[in-house]
Amino acid sequence: MANEGLDKAVSGEYALGFEIDIETETVPPGLDESTIAFISKKKEEPEWMLELRLKALKKWETMTEPHWGKLDYEPIDYQSISYYAAPKEGIDSLDEVDPKILEAYEKLGISLEEQKQLAGVKVAVDAVVDSVSVKTTYSEELAEHGVIFCSISEAIRDYPELVKKYMFSVVPMADNYFAALNSAVFTDGTFVYIPKGVRCPMELSTYFRINAMNTGQFERTLIIADEGSHVSYNEGCSAPTRDEHQLHAAVVELVILKDAEIKYSTIQNWYPGDETGKGGIYNFVTKRAICEGDNAKVSWTQVETGSAITWKYPSCILKGDNSIGEFYSVAVTTLAQQADTGTKMIHIGKNTSSTIISKGISAMKGQNTYRGLVKIGANATGSRNYSECDSLLIGSNCGAHTFPYLESKDTQGQVEHEATTSKISDEQLFYLRQRGINEEDAVSMIVHGFCKQVFSQLPMEYAVEAKALLELTLEGSVG
Amino acid sequence: MSIMKIENLQAKIGDKQILKGLNLELEPGKVHAIMGPNGAGKSTLSKALVGHYDIEILGGDITYKGKSINEMEPEERALEGIFLSFQHPVEIPGVNNAYFLRTALNAKLKHQGKEELNAAEFLRAMKGHLEMLGMKSDMISRSLNEGFSGGEKKRNEILQMLILEPEVIILDEIDSGLDIDALRAVSEGINKMKDGKRSFLVITHYSRILDYIEPDYIHVLKDGKVIKTAGPELVPYLEEHGYDGIEED
Repeated sequence: MANEGLDKAVSGEYALGFEIDIETETVPPGLDESTIAFISKKKEEPEWMLELRLKALKKWETMTEPHWGKLDYEPIDYQSISYYAAPKEGIDSLDEVDPKILEAYEKLGISLEEQKQLAGVKVAVDAVVDSVSVKTTYSEELAEHGVIFCSISEAIRDYPELVKKYMFSVVPMADNYFAALNSAVFTDGTFVYIPKGVRCPMELSTYFRINAMNTGQFERTLIIADEGSHVSYNEGCSAPTRDEHQLHAAVVELVILKDAEIKYSTIQNWYPGDETGKGGIYNFVTKRAICEGDNAKVSWTQVETGSAITWKYPSCILKGDNSIGEFYSVAVTTLAQQADTGTKMIHIGKNTSSTIISKGISAMKGQNTYRGLVKIGANATGSRNYSECDSLLIGSNCGAHTFPYLESKDTQGQVEHEATTSKISDEQLFYLRQRGINEEDAVSMIVHGFCKQVFSQLPMEYAVEAKALLELTLEGSVG
Repeated sequence: MSIMKIENLQAKIGDKQILKGLNLELEPGKVHAIMGPNGAGKSTLSKALVGHYDIEILGGDITYKGKSINEMEPEERALEGIFLSFQHPVEIPGVNNAYFLRTALNAKLKHQGKEELNAAEFLRAMKGHLEMLGMKSDMISRSLNEGFSGGEKKRNEILQMLILEPEVIILDEIDSGLDIDALRAVSEGINKMKDGKRSFLVITHYSRILDYIEPDYIHVLKDGKVIKTAGPELVPYLEEHGYDGIEED
């Protein structure tokens, strides 16, 4: 049988597991008001932000960790985590960035050099190591267009009105347990504002890296697309190979005003742990977008290959009439990884439409769950949803599960749902091998074919990265 | 000298032994037709020759160009020139047909130490084949076999044969599900490959295909063995009397 070969073919090595050898300043483990005060002070935050953080902490303390996901993991000891780590030297310009960090980013294939152009297209990059943003490129050129692209810490200091108005407006402070935790302790992340009528002249990109030991990463991202504007934003992430689990609890809020559009792409490659479930990132993330105005559009595209545990449901609140929400996802679970991911499409405005394309790939002992909600409100007349959830199993020890929920108050709403589960069949594999294509290339060809609808949504250079990553994840140990 | 020699081949699928000491030699430049009733082991034979996972070889030997291939991986056999046109070509969603064809061709070229083709060179090389097979050019931009009609699938198999230029060509029920136009196109493709060196193994239920591809030998397969080998004159006899009356050689 082909299964033995398949298992070998899908136990890819994690290539980004190196540790950046830099001196870090880390706060001792534990979480109470003094931790929050320390973080807020480190970030030189105004008093109002500290108060909001403390309020979030109080709420979090009254909440309990949710366990409705189809996930099985060791309990998290929130007092054993360090909530702040930063490269020791302060960083003001690219010249001052520790060469070791730059080297590390080069290893990751992310060059921070200002001249860096991908496929002739400029990409502005923000890089976050542990709790701080180390470098944001192209800020000046973007500023000429009125685009603000900076770390969230800078935004709190420099653009307090925008932050006060929009932070917590999409994901309320106490929305859920992990969002509340993030609201209290978030350390850095990216802030983007695209002014009215501006089409952002380049791709924006943030690279997140967990580096320090025993720390959690709690970034917070806020993107506002003002009326008639357009932006394409990409994020990537990685972490060193460690035996302990590390917690990542991020919040992303997107605000899309009238006639505006945000395209948000994620390539998530946190350390997945090993095949026995040792180590790996616990990834509990709340991502939500609101199409506030008419004709607004948001598109989430995610390629999730990393993390031991993924709990993530990028959602769209379609409030404006004719607004559009899209969710394109590829989630890969191999080794002992578990993913419970999907989306929520909340139709409030009239003639709103949403599309869900979810592709789950499970190999080895991986468990992959799609969980999605489509809710059509009483006033959302003429709204429609199309959902397609496909699962691909490689080998026989993995699992795929699908939980689509539908709530429709509008009897006219059109909702279509299709779901398939297929195995990479021996017949498909054999067919390709009979044509002289080796097993490894054959598996990757079948998997790429399966993911095509999602990859075609990514900007070109990220689609290339996603393909390469998928190959690495599924095939690293062969050949 | 035979190009492929099958000696006393015994093989099983699951718990069931299907081939029970099969002997067959394929001569270069010749068309060998394998005929026989359902369950005789025709498809098992074709699978055994290309190293399909379902087959467990219990005994005997398959030699190709003088070397035993019993232990060879399927892709190695393919690269060495053994080609199977599948009875039921499988669909692979999302995999672009042209990309697949070029990957297969380049694997072969690389194996032969030749220069690989880029997309433009490949498309140029394809043009004549597509015309001959009556395939629309959009066929190669679709997903591999996905939503293809029976005739389109078989044309696509023959297209692969033309591109890969194999030396032993196994055609498993190539005419099943073909209308007369498709049958003509497919046969033309096959006949074009006859070059006096290549050897063909045509596995078929019906004699219809043999009107288009003239066989040199007819082998009757029954209960896991070749029980009779004769010239094409055996075909009308089989048409009339079926397999029951065939005496073992």
